[in-house]
Amino acid sequence: MSAIESFRIALRALAANKGRSALTMLGVIIGVAAVILLVAIGTGVRDEIVGQIEGLGSNLLFAFPADFEGGGGGGGGGLAIRRQFELEDSDRVARRLGKSAVVVPVIQAPAVLKAGSRTMRSTIAAGTDRGVEVFTADLADGRFYSRGEYVGGARVVGIGATVRDELFPNTDPIGKTMSINGQRFLVISHFEAQGGALSGDQDNQVYLPLSTAQRILNTRNISMIVIKAENAEDVELIRAQVRAALRPRFGSDLSVFTQEQTLGILSQLLGTLTVMLAGIAGISLLVGGIGIMNIMLVSVSERTREIGIRKAVGARTYDIMSQFVIEAVMLSVIGGMLGAGLGTGGAMVLREWVPTQVTGWALALAFFFSAGVGVFFGVYPAWKASTLDPIEALRYE
Amino acid sequence: MTGDGLEPGLGACDDGRVILEARGVTKVYRMEDVEVHALCGVDLQICEGRMLAVMGPSGSGKSTLMHIVGLLDRPTEGSVMVEGEEVSHMSANRLAAVRNRRIGFVFQSFNLLPRTSALANVELPLVYAGVSGSERRRRATAALERVGLGDRLSHHPSQLSGGQQQRVAIARALVTGPAILLADEPTGNLDSRSGVEVMGVLQELNSQGVTTIIVTHDAKVAAHAERVVHVSDGRVVEDERVERRVIAASTTLGAGTGTVR
Repeated sequence: MSAIESFRIALRALAANKGRSALTMLGVIIGVAAVILLVAIGTGVRDEIVGQIEGLGSNLLFAFPADFEGGGGGGGGGLAIRRQFELEDSDRVARRLGKSAVVVPVIQAPAVLKAGSRTMRSTIAAGTDRGVEVFTADLADGRFYSRGEYVGGARVVGIGATVRDELFPNTDPIGKTMSINGQRFLVISHFEAQGGALSGDQDNQVYLPLSTAQRILNTRNISMIVIKAENAEDVELIRAQVRAALRPRFGSDLSVFTQEQTLGILSQLLGTLTVMLAGIAGISLLVGGIGIMNIMLVSVSERTREIGIRKAVGARTYDIMSQFVIEAVMLSVIGGMLGAGLGTGGAMVLREWVPTQVTGWALALAFFFSAGVGVFFGVYPAWKASTLDPIEALRYE
Repeated sequence: MTGDGLEPGLGACDDGRVILEARGVTKVYRMEDVEVHALCGVDLQICEGRMLAVMGPSGSGKSTLMHIVGLLDRPTEGSVMVEGEEVSHMSANRLAAVRNRRIGFVFQSFNLLPRTSALANVELPLVYAGVSGSERRRRATAALERVGLGDRLSHHPSQLSGGQQQRVAIARALVTGPAILLADEPTGNLDSRSGVEVMGVLQELNSQGVTTIIVTHDAKVAAHAERVVHVSDGRVVEDERVERRVIAASTTLGAGTGTVR
């Protein structure tokens, strides 16, 4: 019997039970659509975040006084910071690099903000007057703090979009006063919203001069050193120089990340997350497959007599087997195609709110997986059908 | 219809060869530790081109005998020869091929595929014989015309009368051009008029050279054959020649199936 003939028989059998076929397919449709949709969201979010980071420029380096990169696997203690950076460390790096890079010491610390009766939690991001070159926010209005304000430790602050909306709703914040950890500050600028990104909400930050931050936090330490290379090609060279400058004091307790590395780590992390999402959606595909097996088993016992008739007139084991396998595969493949359509359509609609990216491999994976589900879950019922004894099958009522 | 040399208990064919033969066929069913002997050492020879009836009350083992000589079932002991070839030890797939090419079946309950046209039902054995679509349609149409249903090709079984359904089943049985036609109570579910029609078709086919075996409990049906084998309690108890054979075509005017030689 030809394959075309098997297809025709299978198609006729599916058409004879339209409602049941559709419901069986629904399981596969939902499974495939879920896989495609979740992978699309995962990929879309990753692409957007990676794009954001790339937008910062690939010439940034970040130095931390801890060994994040090395083997550090020695249990939970691996990330313990034994010694903090101080301003001298930043100066040492700056001297070493000279004109080839901008070096900005940065403090990041939690803070409580208050304006009038409104209070909120936020993060301090403090740098030197050159911080404007490494911070990513775009000014909405106002000005960045000046060299004089940095040197003098002035109580001036630029606020992120979230802070502005929380503390100064519907008013121009510039020239207003607010308190940070109980100290009075003058708002001199506010920034455009950037949207959520990797290190928390970048909009929920306040930008102040480093000297001021050290004073209100009562510390001489800094959190990290940000270095911006003048030429992107020099990044690796500069990285080596930064290490050399800091090694005498920090030894191996030192990490210098390039933007590229951060990207790689992040992209890997988000990729893992996407695979996990796809795996969860895959479970629904599995359930859909079991639905197919269930229906095929019902179908086999319902059509026992038909199988007997076919065998009596000369159907071989293989003919019966292929008829039922093809039926199951058709259910899952048609379901897979409808699911792919639904998932792709859903991703298009969702694009309004979430970045989504339908990838070819997700489509191919979902399609072949669903076909595989059909074969896998179709074989057992088909085998059961094909091994029926013709006379037993004919007697079946 | 002259002396064929059919002696009771013997199947010697003086003017033809033995087309189907059972030798010491025994069938034992095991049901919850109880052994049921459906057949106990049946020997039967069927001559090519003849019409034979296997008769017996229900439970006598006649249907089991037909299933075994029709290769739908295997004997517990003994052997079956189709056209001189031993088939009892063939694989299921080879048996399927033999059924497909050499044997046609007609069942009491028709056993047509529901929701499937008469034409598609008749095409079914050709599908498994690997015949191409257009050739299949041509041969199936011809087979349906042969049983007088040339105008019912696209009707589904539910749209046909019992007699018409049985004629579709006969068309399906003969479409591959088999040498042997096995009919298990072919008139059992039919009114008497349709029954006569169906017997007329079977006699007509037999007159064209198809060896025909009818299993029945009804002496009137058996009288359409040339020879009747009586089965009781799993044994052949009598093998007789029919003295006054009934010719279906002469009993009814409506059948229009021609004459028997």
